[in-house]
Amino acid sequence: MRARRGLSHTHVGSLHAPDAELALRHARDLYTRRQEGVSIWVVPSGAITASSPDERDAFFDPAADKVYRHPTFYEVPDGVAHL
Amino acid sequence: MYGNDFAAVDAPDGGLLGQVEAAEAALRAAAARGRGGAVAAGADPESYFADVINADQKIEPRDWMPEAYRRTLIRQIAQHAHSEIVGMQPEGNWISRAPSLKRKAILLAKVQDEAGHGLYLYAAAETLGVSRDELVDLLLSGRQKYSSIFNYPTLTWADVGVVGWLVDGAAIVNQVPLCRCSYGPYARAMIRVCKEESFHQRQGYEILHTLAHGTPAQKAMAQDAVDRWWYPSLAMFGPPDGDSTHSAQSMAWKIKRFSNDELRQRFVDMCVQQAETLGLTLPDPGLRWNPERQAYDFTQPDYDELMRVISGDGPCNRQRMAHRRRAHAEGAWVREAAAAYAAKRARHEERVAA
Repeated sequence: MRARRGLSHTHVGSLHAPDAELALRHARDLYTRRQEGVSIWVVPSGAITASSPDERDAFFDPAADKVYRHPTFYEVPDGVAHL
Repeated sequence: MYGNDFAAVDAPDGGLLGQVEAAEAALRAAAARGRGGAVAAGADPESYFADVINADQKIEPRDWMPEAYRRTLIRQIAQHAHSEIVGMQPEGNWISRAPSLKRKAILLAKVQDEAGHGLYLYAAAETLGVSRDELVDLLLSGRQKYSSIFNYPTLTWADVGVVGWLVDGAAIVNQVPLCRCSYGPYARAMIRVCKEESFHQRQGYEILHTLAHGTPAQKAMAQDAVDRWWYPSLAMFGPPDGDSTHSAQSMAWKIKRFSNDELRQRFVDMCVQQAETLGLTLPDPGLRWNPERQAYDFTQPDYDELMRVISGDGPCNRQRMAHRRRAHAEGAWVREAAAAYAAKRARHEERVAA
């Protein structure tokens, strides 16, 4: 669901529907009764490929030792502007 | 307003809404804080689960969880979902008889919300590995329950007001702490539900306020409805703490945050002033402020009656179940037609692609 123009879509929930068209209509009835959105995407849950919580460590570890990717890693000499 | 768990909020107009927002903020804060990190992510699943719970983080569907935690949640969320769906009946009865077009439109929107709440909750239950069809079947075959309050009849238009004020009010007091439940999908569903329930409670209160300031006959009708619903509403919080079977473990797992008696007390303290503003009397001669406890003393509801209603012997149990079964059976052709149409279109698309 895109809540307002300019924001990215975020997941709001799940529902049952026989096909995509009805899924969209049900999503409108279920998740936008109070004007919560200006755009809806529906995706069959079977079409989602997800990372597994069991492999969380191995999967995300490679990012853990790369603190130099963050700007805060670098020391900026006193008096330097626009950096 | 209700103790230190909700320190940030006692806005005069939106106490409950404020609490829901505080719960939502706490959810985001806990997520940003992360686990304490005392237990490594690679540790055995049980210690990891305990660590997540201790750090007030959320358990998510694909995380390891104890079987009993899963079963408890399925039972509780399903019962909650069933209650929303069966709860449409006592109010739905009044849609065609609402006293004005405006009130009819509002009640219609409210009953539609209840259906929506049922669906949010069924979806949350499904993340625990149980199917929607199974849950519906458990309800229709009487193996899972719904809240006993919906086995009481709505005899007059004032009952619709009282259901909003007292029944939805009690439900909110019960449900606001569930916004902080340790299971992520349930907590998130409850945040949504509670925000919408707040409209329900206010619309009920407004109905009663109008009646209570109307003709003497209207005021008498409002008082009669309050008299009939007060004790059943108190019973919604379940048996007293000493007799509550699921409480201790649910508290340890942070599914439940406060005991039945604590929540009941909170509800009574809230209602007294609201009843005064209505100019209606809560039907309890024992109701009085206790300065020592800083809370109202009140008469407990009849828990034997609660047990009778739960076990199937309330005024409307049979009617509610018969109606739900009939509605399910009579809706079968719609579900079948939608599935047949979807299958036909899928076949057509295959042919076009080939």
